[in-house]
Amino acid sequence: MAKTLSENQAHIQAYTPTKLKSKPKFAHSSRKWLLGSLFPIVLIIIWETVSQLGVVESYQLPAPTVIVDELIQLASTGELFEHIYITLYRVFGGFILGTIVAIVLALGVGFSKTAEELFDPMIQALRSIPSLAWVPLFILWMGIGESSKITMIAVGVFFPVYLNLVTGIVTVDRKLIEVGKIYQLSLFQQVYRIILPASLPSFLIGLRTGLGLGWMFVVAAELMGASQGLGYLLVVGQNTLSPETILVSIILFAFIGKVSDWFLKLIELRLLRWQDRFVRGN
Amino acid sequence: MSLVLENLSRRFKDTDAIRDINLSVEDGEIVGLLGTSGCGKSTLLRAISGLDQAYTGTVSINDQVKKGVHDATNFIFQEPRLLPWLTVEDNIMFGLKGKPKASFDRARRFIHYVGLSGKEALYPKQLSGGMAQRVAIARALVMQPDILLLDEPFSALDAFTKMQLQDLLLEIWHKYQTTMVLVTHDIDEALYLCDRIVVLRGQPGEIIKTINVTEPRPRDRGSVELANYKADILDQLDLNQ
Ligand SMILES: Nc1ncnc2c1ncn2[C@@H]1O[C@H](COP(=O)(O)OP(=O)(O)OP(=O)(O)O)[C@@H](O)[C@H]1O
Ligand SMILES: [Mg+2]
Repeated sequence: MAKTLSENQAHIQAYTPTKLKSKPKFAHSSRKWLLGSLFPIVLIIIWETVSQLGVVESYQLPAPTVIVDELIQLASTGELFEHIYITLYRVFGGFILGTIVAIVLALGVGFSKTAEELFDPMIQALRSIPSLAWVPLFILWMGIGESSKITMIAVGVFFPVYLNLVTGIVTVDRKLIEVGKIYQLSLFQQVYRIILPASLPSFLIGLRTGLGLGWMFVVAAELMGASQGLGYLLVVGQNTLSPETILVSIILFAFIGKVSDWFLKLIELRLLRWQDRFVRGN
Repeated sequence: MSLVLENLSRRFKDTDAIRDINLSVEDGEIVGLLGTSGCGKSTLLRAISGLDQAYTGTVSINDQVKKGVHDATNFIFQEPRLLPWLTVEDNIMFGLKGKPKASFDRARRFIHYVGLSGKEALYPKQLSGGMAQRVAIARALVMQPDILLLDEPFSALDAFTKMQLQDLLLEIWHKYQTTMVLVTHDIDEALYLCDRIVVLRGQPGEIIKTINVTEPRPRDRGSVELANYKADILDQLDLNQ
């Protein structure tokens, strides 16, 4: 009986996921690259021409080729990689620290009314302090070593991660919670089988925002006092009147920041395959 | 007797949703709760399921009075309520405990029953409404509940899918003799599926009539007998009275 049943249901239309054929997909992505890089390329050409013609002074805005020279020179001595390394170390140290603290507090506040009443008002109050205002205090407390910088960055990362995770937890659909109740899940099971997966999208948004802020804060921390790092290169560039050093640093910040965000985005796409997202057409 | 309700009432703030409902459901019986919108059908079903515990009166399941969700019951909602991050197969295995291998085989069997073989690895977003509701049905049935509570399970589906899933429900009933309480406002659906139809009316909702449908199964959806029952029920629901 069951067999005839599934037979007569076989004709019901099924939405099998059809993988895009590789060719149009490739065409699509190369088109995307072309469109996206059109404007920057034109801009760089104009910039180079204007610099070569001497319309702007090179001590104010050096030509792109000069910047590339500077980049190659810094890289060839190996000095550049030390700066990059130390900056990365600070950002990720702060990112991990801020994220861990945010997760612990958000889980507490998200699940326990008492914890919410205890911590949330204080966290909300601290949030209204512009985070950069902490910098002098942290330097005073911890010196200009690594710990004050990492703490700074952690503070920046903390807020978006915390806020998004709490929001994710408290806005889980009641309907799904009821499913858990029907299956008699314990509180713990309910947390890790329903609430945490359901708040994952919002947590990942928090992580990406947090990482972005982490990059912002590392600049601040390194401007304030450092003897190494990409932010320190900015200070060097300013003091030695060499805008090309500043621009090298800015470009590297942009590039590495983008790569790290792209990395998180890959993780997000992988973890959120199940999400039914709005896909934009042309 | 597998399910007995005594003097069941539920009050929301200052309005009574249902008042003094008494009902007993035999083992293997399919009982339909029929009534106009807002007369408390969902409220009643949620009280039986234990999802809502703020009622007065008693619900006894297999001679056991308990407030709260009972092992022997399962619930199929109006919407599929699948967990979007789980595949079809994992959704169906959601409530299964014990050896993974055994759970897996069992899930496969029910996937086959509901006609979703080959769709195990899809995510809910890749399913049509009817397919998603099939998954929800399989997720409940795989637990082999003694009592299945259904709150308008097919109301969001098109007429054809609806008829297919009604037949599916009857197949399962033949196989497992599951007791079912089915909330619906589709009179034809109630007549096609139920042994007994309980008509609720008013606010607070009260049972105004119980109709035994004695037609043997399989029933003919278009038969004169069912049409007569329908006329009777429409009469009962007449809002002018
Ligand atoms: N959570 C709630 N809070 C307050 N009132 C409620 C709540 N749930 C239901 N009610 C009220 O109880 C009454 C019965 O609602 P219920 O959802 O049980 O109706 P129903 O018979 O299932 O209707 P429908 O056929 O439209 O689903 C309604 O008057 C409704 O306003
Ligand atoms: Mg209802």
